[in-house]
Amino acid sequence: MSITAIRAENISKRYRRGMVGTSGLLRDTLAQALREPHRFLRRDRQENFWALKGVSLEVREGEVLGLIGRNGSGKTTLLKILSRITRPTDGWAEIHGRVGSLLEVGTGFHPELTGRENTYLSGAILGMGKQEINRKFDEIVSFAELEQFIDTPVKHYSSGMYVRLAFAVAAHLEPEILLVDEVLAVGDIRFQKKCLGKMGDVARGGRTVILVSHQLTQIRRLCQRTVWLDGGAVRRVGSTAELVSAYEDDMTSNGVADARPVAGAAQFLRWQLSGRERTSEHILPSDDEATVSFLLRVNRPLKSVVHSINLYDQDRHLVWGNDYDAVTLEPGLYEMRHTIPTLPLRPGVYTWRVGVYEGGLPLDDWECVPQMHVTTLPVSHSRDDSAGVLNIPSELQIVPTCTPK
Amino acid sequence: MASVTSNTSAIAGAGNRSATLPITRIEPQHGSFSLRLAELWNYRELLYFFVWRDVKIRYKQTAIGVVWVVLQPLLTMLVFTLFFGKLARMPSQGLPYPVFYFAAVVPWMYFSVALVTATNVVVEHQRMITKVFFPRLILPFSAVLSGLVDFAIGFVVLMIFTLSYGIRPTVSVLLLPLFLVLAVLTALGIGLWLSALNALYRDVRYLIPFLVQFWMLASPVAYPSSMVPERFRWIYGLNPMAGVIEGFRWALTGKGQAPGSVLIASVTMVCLTALGGLLFFNRMEGSIADRV
Repeated sequence: MSITAIRAENISKRYRRGMVGTSGLLRDTLAQALREPHRFLRRDRQENFWALKGVSLEVREGEVLGLIGRNGSGKTTLLKILSRITRPTDGWAEIHGRVGSLLEVGTGFHPELTGRENTYLSGAILGMGKQEINRKFDEIVSFAELEQFIDTPVKHYSSGMYVRLAFAVAAHLEPEILLVDEVLAVGDIRFQKKCLGKMGDVARGGRTVILVSHQLTQIRRLCQRTVWLDGGAVRRVGSTAELVSAYEDDMTSNGVADARPVAGAAQFLRWQLSGRERTSEHILPSDDEATVSFLLRVNRPLKSVVHSINLYDQDRHLVWGNDYDAVTLEPGLYEMRHTIPTLPLRPGVYTWRVGVYEGGLPLDDWECVPQMHVTTLPVSHSRDDSAGVLNIPSELQIVPTCTPK
Repeated sequence: MASVTSNTSAIAGAGNRSATLPITRIEPQHGSFSLRLAELWNYRELLYFFVWRDVKIRYKQTAIGVVWVVLQPLLTMLVFTLFFGKLARMPSQGLPYPVFYFAAVVPWMYFSVALVTATNVVVEHQRMITKVFFPRLILPFSAVLSGLVDFAIGFVVLMIFTLSYGIRPTVSVLLLPLFLVLAVLTALGIGLWLSALNALYRDVRYLIPFLVQFWMLASPVAYPSSMVPERFRWIYGLNPMAGVIEGFRWALTGKGQAPGSVLIASVTMVCLTALGGLLFFNRMEGSIADRV
């Protein structure tokens, strides 16, 4: 007998950017109200953006549902609505059971408090009662492997320790329904495996889970059914195996990605490596000069925005990044061509990430698909974990020096 | 928004487990006005944690810690005694100047700090608000309540101070808790308005120093309200802090201005402000989460 744990009907979410020229400052709003009272009262329709449009779904009790889609397809917005963090503009949803939402690791942590104090605080914020935290405290600390440091202020923790504790707290949440947003990619490989194991236990433990992830292997491993969100609407629902394959096919196709939401001021469409002697648009064969281009569609005039570019390795470490200020563009299609004198990377899979930021807020922030494959010949064994990220040859000379008597 | 009902699941024969699960309905905001105090009560443990955190952090960070909590009102009192008391010779209703000012400064400091904290609380938690659900009301409530620890310390010093001047408490001291509650309600009422406004319009917090300054002069901190002509006193009482300060001073020392028209006007204002603040904050809550 299956009970519906989550039922969503026609969920839509509109973000209104307010009147043209709102700065969120009282003095500007007052000034505008005085100067142009009619505009102040009328809602300007052009500044609307539908993050979700008519999304309906049903999740049975104990089911693990995957939620996939490109950045900006509305996955996080949907989770936020189901978590009651934000309200839908239209539609409704009914949830049977308590909801725990893991949208980020370390919610509520304060650097001045000790690990112990932060465990209680974060646990409470995530929805655990004091009794519950007392009960699970030792388990949480041993999962995080922080027995010795639990009474040290968190500001003294390394980023690895921080993330382990944060995840340990979150992993011991036991609500009936769990909404997880890409939290699984934390820590080093060993800890990630541990997290995955724990998540697997949670998934198999009869809890209802909605999992949002870009890591399709995890989706395949944990989810029975998957929903594919595209441009704020449900593109496909079905068994994970066939859906994820369809999604992957779509990702690697070279066409202009119309499926990415057209709404918004600017949006990246695709990327490629260019320059002489290129055999493939997404494979980097050597550490020579590399030219990587990103196709950017600009929908409204952009003044003094920031264009950021970042490169991540397969462990999601940031390998390189750069920002360009004061970029001004009229509406149109642009190729953002970055020329890098050398990219001495070890062979593997890397992900580009580009963004356009206005006033600190992202107009578009795209983790590029497909990923880039680096096939440079490694100077050390390609599986050698101690060789690091850079692929740079070096020479050793042993020079005898005078030994002091 | 979401209403958590404690109805049992409508599915019959589904087993005992689902009969006890809370059912939450998520809907768009219908432009209604609601108090949502029941929801806040359900989350009272989290409210306690927020207050606990604020207090812990406050005392971990300051090197001088407790000393500063006492030093601030004491120094203010000294300055007032010197300039308003000795030099300007303002009336003090039969109380020694230091006691007159100290008894007003302690509740006043609580109020002004609570106001500043409440104004910034939603914006400071903007990251948390976008990542996890809890009734947003907890934030201004915790801002107003966490100042009570500082107040308690200041109050102890105030008591010692007052007694050392030979002023024995009279029966009016029993009403002291009432005036404290009034002070908290006032801070809460104004704090709710300000925290919502600041989340919507980020420059509101720049108005606060001016507001607090002006407000202090409009309150009977540095002078007694008896200086205000009788027939205008109720207008003066529209400042809710007028009733609080006067009443506090009177309850503690038994001297000074007994509650009258000022207090009645203040209490009415406090109730209206708190109610209005609650409704306004709840109404704006949705747009805050989207904007923040």
